[in-house]
Amino acid sequence: MIRRSTRQDDFEKRRQHIKDLTDEQLKERFWELAEKTVNPLVDLAYKNTSPAIERSVVLRMGFSSIEAKDIVEKTIKHGLISKGAGHVIYRLSQLNKITIRNAGLSLINNQGWDKVKKSFEVSK
Amino acid sequence: MKFNEKLDIREILKDLDKYEPRRRGWTWREHVKNLEMSGNVYSDASKPLKNSVPLPAAKYFNNIDPQPIQVITSEIASGRFEDDIRRMRMAAWHGADHLMVIRTAGQSHFDGLIEGTPQGIGGVAITRKQVRAQRKALDIIEDEVGRPINYHSYVSGVAGPDIAVMFAEEGVNGAHQDPQYNVLYRNINMIRSFVDAAESKKVMAWGDILQIDGAHNANATAMVAWKVMPELMVQHAINSLFSVKAGIKKENIALSTVPPTAVPAPDLKINLPYAKALRDFFSEYKMRAQMNTKYMESSTREATVTHVLNMMISKLTSADIQSTITPDEGRNVPWHMYNVEACDTAKQALIGMDGILEMVELKDTGFLPEKVRELKERSILFFEELLEDGGYFQAVEDGYFIDSGIYPERNGDGISREINGGIGANTVYERDEDYLAPVTAHYGYNNTSQYGLKDGESPATLIGGSTFEDRSKIQYIDELDPVDNVNTRLEEKEKYINSNIIKPEVEWLADGVVVIDITLPTSVRYAEAAALKIAENMNLLESEVIHKEILHQAEATRIQVKGKVDFDIDLNELTLAEEPDILSDKEIKEFLENRDIKIVAGTVGEDEHSVGLREIIDIKHGGIEKYGIDCLYLGTSVPISKLVDAAIESNADAILMSTIISHDEVHYKNMKKAHEYALEKGVRDQFLIIAGGTQVTPEIARKQGVDQGFARGTKGQHVASFIVKKLKEK
Repeated sequence: MIRRSTRQDDFEKRRQHIKDLTDEQLKERFWELAEKTVNPLVDLAYKNTSPAIERSVVLRMGFSSIEAKDIVEKTIKHGLISKGAGHVIYRLSQLNKITIRNAGLSLINNQGWDKVKKSFEVSK
Repeated sequence: MKFNEKLDIREILKDLDKYEPRRRGWTWREHVKNLEMSGNVYSDASKPLKNSVPLPAAKYFNNIDPQPIQVITSEIASGRFEDDIRRMRMAAWHGADHLMVIRTAGQSHFDGLIEGTPQGIGGVAITRKQVRAQRKALDIIEDEVGRPINYHSYVSGVAGPDIAVMFAEEGVNGAHQDPQYNVLYRNINMIRSFVDAAESKKVMAWGDILQIDGAHNANATAMVAWKVMPELMVQHAINSLFSVKAGIKKENIALSTVPPTAVPAPDLKINLPYAKALRDFFSEYKMRAQMNTKYMESSTREATVTHVLNMMISKLTSADIQSTITPDEGRNVPWHMYNVEACDTAKQALIGMDGILEMVELKDTGFLPEKVRELKERSILFFEELLEDGGYFQAVEDGYFIDSGIYPERNGDGISREINGGIGANTVYERDEDYLAPVTAHYGYNNTSQYGLKDGESPATLIGGSTFEDRSKIQYIDELDPVDNVNTRLEEKEKYINSNIIKPEVEWLADGVVVIDITLPTSVRYAEAAALKIAENMNLLESEVIHKEILHQAEATRIQVKGKVDFDIDLNELTLAEEPDILSDKEIKEFLENRDIKIVAGTVGEDEHSVGLREIIDIKHGGIEKYGIDCLYLGTSVPISKLVDAAIESNADAILMSTIISHDEVHYKNMKKAHEYALEKGVRDQFLIIAGGTQVTPEIARKQGVDQGFARGTKGQHVASFIVKKLKEK
């Protein structure tokens, strides 16, 4: 739900529980609250991935931006993104005993997907 | 690279595919304790440059160019990176060592890297080729000025991690990264933004890239800018702490902080408490002091004063990086000379306030600490309610941010974004238990143990090293668009590249733009129309009023008009003004060994200025006394007759008359008077009459009958050379 409310400045009323804190305690409190705010976001990032993250992985594996975009899009299409696009390339290179570069180029040419999916036991 | 030669853009573009950056990471300036330059001692200065353009007044101080301790930013992005490179060189020579490139409009919504060198709008398309070319150019420029230059752009949008990787590979030194920017101002999905941001930050940490956050945008966006102060601290905290948790070290995290208000508000009374509160809470982080741009109009003067007031806050609190906003940013995409002006303004103000905290201190009782405390408490209350209401995402959806009320006041006008809405919504995927990314600097869950790697072993060992270990794996793309690229643009400008044909320019080579500054004795509306008519009569094309200022509603209006000229200038067809003919110190002294020279000097008329003449005469300023010339100084407001009579009595070889006041041409009238008075007395051929002053044009002076006129910038050596030459002729 999107709610945008209006409110008069009730600072004096709200500050009662913090007004007697020392400056040092105030600073500690600020950072504790920041920690509580940020922790769920950090956890979210730890557990998830995205097309941009996967492209950035594929780039680091030695592919161009155009190749990386293509591989990641195909990885999503084949339902393999939760394994990692880099993982897909790595797995194919292992299965076919070919270089990382050649594995990636095969995937761009729509080759090897079934083999990889089978090895991950993904049916889509 | 010779400093009197232009950068060769084609040379920079050559072999870019083989270019490797010379270093990774950010560089701070080197502090020099009690730096001494020409008798001045500086407390907060850094190592001087090898080559630079000093401030105009430096010529009175042996051309010293003290550099402040703060890294100085110049934002350069005209849409054509090849022209920006030339401007970067100008800015670096004026003291910038943090060159920031703004991205072209729309890049943040581009899902992937852009390649090649397409022309941008309001910025540059940030691509690998463009980044390489600019970094390579900066290598040349930093060698020339003798100080490392930090290169900077943006890691944001829906391709943040892609860009971060490219930046780390290409040796980019600083970058903006703040997922809140995506969410609030680019309407990119918030979940996607934070998930991407962790990866981007981890990559930036590997590249030792200094991060600047995006909180300052809240100030520029909010309806009532200064009221967002409590929220700004919350935004800074969210990004800073998130960055630490993603792996960036605190000394590489800089808060982009803006003094929230500007004059006519009582600037320091609002901005200083905020600056202090922020620095208290964020004492472990770096401060990038940005300028207030919210209230920027077309007056470059007003923007410059705001800039200087903002720097006073930097000096009274702290700033590790001092941003500069070009004073023309309120009216157009910045022009060359305004980047340079802004760098000079920063240098002048920061050096001017050198050591200020050794002389004054901020009070720890009364208004300042009370306000500081209030702001801190308000920000804590903001955080408390945000957590009570379900955390960050819910708060954004509820329109918590950029509300124009000073928290806890609420005006209900904040920016609201849906948790599952925006660009890139529903594009985040949970990682499976066997998820893997076999690369360096990957954030989050990564199951490398399934392939036998131990804890702490780099995932990239699985693939024999990623591009971060082995740059030969990087796939370089040159151009994708056969038309929209740098080669086409250079061909179009061929005639003007390193040739004798020139045209005026403000941002792009030979853009032809000139500005005329007109004061008209009428009201604004008439003045505006009249100014455009004047521009038309001057054959300017595409004329446009860029600034208007009421001098008085009825009496006068000042208008600045920009327009284009459609002709070229051939340097080979120009006649150059003669360079002053100076004798060496040795030649002058040799002449004086055989003959004495005596002069009488004074400032004539009702004129109390004495500095200029003293500089010409005094031995301590390198004046003509140093050659042994006998000087009789009569002071200021000397009547003409007295000066001439003194020359007769003392049998002088020359009169040096200083004429500063030029109102109603009184300086030239006095020259004529001196000449005629000497004629009357029948002594005109007994001595030289030499006139000097800031508004003196030598040719016009000579027409009044004096022997020579000297203008602004004259040194004792010039005057002595003239006297000696004339006496030799006799």
